[in-house]
Amino acid sequence: MGSIWEYANPVKFSRTATLLLPWVSILAAISLVTGLVWGFFFTPEDFRQGSTVKIIYLHVPSALMAINVWFMMLVTSLIWLIRRHHVSVLAAKAAAPVGVIMTLIALATGAIWGQPMWGTWWVWDPRLTAFLILFLFYLGYIALWEAIDNPDTAADLTSVLCIVGSVFALLSRYAVNFWNQGLHQGASVMRAGAVTGADTQEKVSNIFFYPLLLCIIGFVLLFVALVFLRTRTEIHKRRTKALLARERLG
Amino acid sequence: MMPELGKYAAEVMSAYAASLFLLIAMVLLSVRSARKARAELAAAEARKNG
Repeated sequence: MGSIWEYANPVKFSRTATLLLPWVSILAAISLVTGLVWGFFFTPEDFRQGSTVKIIYLHVPSALMAINVWFMMLVTSLIWLIRRHHVSVLAAKAAAPVGVIMTLIALATGAIWGQPMWGTWWVWDPRLTAFLILFLFYLGYIALWEAIDNPDTAADLTSVLCIVGSVFALLSRYAVNFWNQGLHQGASVMRAGAVTGADTQEKVSNIFFYPLLLCIIGFVLLFVALVFLRTRTEIHKRRTKALLARERLG
Repeated sequence: MMPELGKYAAEVMSAYAASLFLLIAMVLLSVRSARKARAELAAAEARKNG
């Protein structure tokens, strides 16, 4: 098996992405459709939340992705800053719009869920506020890429922005633990004790958890498929730009 | 077939409609952009190769 750094070669990355893309897309579609249909049509109402519990199948996976996409961008940005691999920073650029959509879905479904349960669409709770700031960081990251002509300078500056924004990605996840206040509950799905049953805190019942797990897997696979597709697109755009520049010179 | 959503039907349906719209739009825009970039690269390479 070759080194992971082989994929820093744009040709090698494009070839591998093209090979894997159909399989990852099919698996993503199967997981997402099965998880959502199972959750929406075949799970009961919650005794306290009624049918609004069905929003969990969209809200939790999108919120998890919103935070973790930023961490993926952080890792690939650090690889760019340390090793100067173009494919790495192009993967971060390709992931950002997916992260925006995930954050938007998490915010929108959270507001729609919060209105009947908390009696308000929005509250300046630490976790919600950190999430809103993360959303603004995503927009700023994309705007910065668009604002700078030199691709290497844009890559450097967006990578630094990504490092700064990681504070808010972290706060989005742990704000409830840090401040211990606000309306939003703590982790009840992706918590070690909730998964193993080792603690006695509130956790999601298995009847909701299994379709939710399938939706989370579907969202992760959808993200992987989109990053393969969008990174390959960025590589194609760069190659075209280089060829056009050569044409003009010639 | 449609589950009984009770008094929260509007909230549940709007959450699903908004999310699915955003997800489908993101996939379609990504595919369209990929096709356009590939076609432009193919045209540039064809010009280069004469």
